[in-house]
Amino acid sequence: MTPYQHSVSLNSEKCRGCTHCLKHCPTEAIRVRKGHAVIDAARCVDCGQCIRYCPHQAKKAAYDKLSDLPKDKWKIALPAPSLFGQFDNLDDIDYVLQGLLDCGFDDVYEVARAAELVSDYTRRYMKEKSPVLPVISSACPVVERLIMLRYPALVEHLLPILPPIEVAASEARREALAKNPKLKSEDICVVFISPCPAKVSYVKNRTLENKSGVDFVISISDMYFELLGVMKKTDDSGSISKTGRIGLSWASSGGEATAIFNEKYLAADGIENVVHVLEEVDNGAFPELEFIELDACSGGCVGGVMNVLNPFIAKARLRSLRRYLPVSQNWGDLSETKVPDEVLVHNDYHYESVSSFGSDREESMRMMSRMEEIFKGLPGIDCGSCGAPTCRAFAADIVRGNASIDGCPMLWHKDKEENKEET
Amino acid sequence: MSEPLVYTFAVDGDNFTSAGEASVKMKKNLRMLAISPDIIRRVAIAMYEGEINMVIHAGGGVATVSVYADKIEIVLKDNGPGIADVELAMREGFSTAPETIRNLGFGAGMGLPNMKKNTDSMSIESALGVGTTISMTVNL
Ligand SMILES: Nc1ncnc2c1ncn2[C@@H]1O[C@H](COP(=O)(O)OP(=O)(O)OP(=O)(O)O)[C@@H](O)[C@H]1O
Ligand code: SF4
Ligand code: SF4
Ligand SMILES: [Mg+2]
Repeated sequence: MTPYQHSVSLNSEKCRGCTHCLKHCPTEAIRVRKGHAVIDAARCVDCGQCIRYCPHQAKKAAYDKLSDLPKDKWKIALPAPSLFGQFDNLDDIDYVLQGLLDCGFDDVYEVARAAELVSDYTRRYMKEKSPVLPVISSACPVVERLIMLRYPALVEHLLPILPPIEVAASEARREALAKNPKLKSEDICVVFISPCPAKVSYVKNRTLENKSGVDFVISISDMYFELLGVMKKTDDSGSISKTGRIGLSWASSGGEATAIFNEKYLAADGIENVVHVLEEVDNGAFPELEFIELDACSGGCVGGVMNVLNPFIAKARLRSLRRYLPVSQNWGDLSETKVPDEVLVHNDYHYESVSSFGSDREESMRMMSRMEEIFKGLPGIDCGSCGAPTCRAFAADIVRGNASIDGCPMLWHKDKEENKEET
Repeated sequence: MSEPLVYTFAVDGDNFTSAGEASVKMKKNLRMLAISPDIIRRVAIAMYEGEINMVIHAGGGVATVSVYADKIEIVLKDNGPGIADVELAMREGFSTAPETIRNLGFGAGMGLPNMKKNTDSMSIESALGVGTTISMTVNL
């Protein structure tokens, strides 16, 4: 298996080793070593928390630049719905869609349209497949990866339907080929306009057999500034948007869950809340729930780190944009009750434990008791000075051979003070 | 021109996801006529609210829009349960919308008041167990 490719990385020249990021990383993937943060690739879920909290802008997301897009291809823009929430005084999505065309895209396909299709397929899935309940949404790649790394028992709860971004890519391609008979599939270049690094990683890490339909991923913030230059408020841009209420609602927390028309749902947003809910569900809590929507970012995808605006303002703006939209404008054949095969994900998820002390039970037990022993001797104040997020994580690092007890400056102090007292 | 242009839309009560589509189609038609954007907007809003109500509260119905030289008339007719107390239903904030629908942002009890606000005249005829017919006009 090829190693997981990340889109969140560190610029060590800017990093001052301040330890701010350590405690905000949900998987404890960051350590400060020799004055600089390092990210453990096996643990990182690309949630972007460290980008959000780094006061020195030393963490960054890797994505494509507009100038990377090939000039000679038929470029289709796939705007994430949160893009529409970024603009001041916008009363019609069409201005943004027209703006994308004016920026040089040959075509647009709103991801929100595909989200409406995914809602339709999810409703069918819940009815026809008698799934293991509660079904957990798989649209946020952070949540999906978190479950794979830490909650093996919940893997079978994941919704096995492709996320809107992938459905959008294949629908957009299909539509373009149908509209332009001269076009060949290889002439098309699908460009996703993303709110977050996690979606960048998602696209990069789809396997060879399951190659992503998305060719490039650019950030909402880059696109936003480009659009500001070209967007005009001319009336009558025709009607380009084919999205309804449901599609736009997907940009904020609860949008996906409410579109299932089932009251037995829970929607949580923000990584701490997500982890909290996963822990509880893993323990068998909430047996009455049928659907769980989890978004790593606070507010939902409007809170992704590659947006421009405060998520709550974006959410309010999207609410007024959707006000007079039809409930939905996209659904499959109504007489059809099956989920189409091409959107089903055949569960090849496999659990990759990152926290255990290896696969030998006895050896792992020995390591565990050593860790407890070391931990007892540590101050237990989780100060972060050793470069690990907590004293327990530091103790585990020592047992794994990745750190030495001398790394704890609090212990030196204690030693010094005790020596003083003795003399 | 004395004959009105008449558009009729069957509003499907069984497919909740399609609720609101008729007013989008109507908006497209109106955009092709020489009608000011402000009027189009008011017609679309009034029709949208009425259409959504027919889907949510009455199991569907028929929307008819007639464009005259001097006015646009919107008639929404359903064979739903009817409205017990029209005056109460017209009050801002009154709603009997179920929870699942509220989650999608409906059920604020603002639909009927919004229809009244956006039209020049509005009348409601409703009988329990028979249905509801709402007629609205917007002057051009
Ligand atoms: N066509 C109808 N048939 C039966 N009852 C109706 C109909 N239209 C409205 N009502 C009743 O009148 C109430 C008020 O309607 P109104 O449109 O003002 O609010 P709402 O539909 O509940 O919420 P909102 O429109 O703000 O989403 C409804 O809750 C319902 O009880
Ligand atoms: S992106 Fe998230 S998981 Fe990865 S190192 Fe940063 S905070 Fe940790
Ligand atoms: S909540 Fe949305 S924006 Fe945030 S990481 Fe998940 S998919 Fe990306
Ligand atoms: Mg209403």
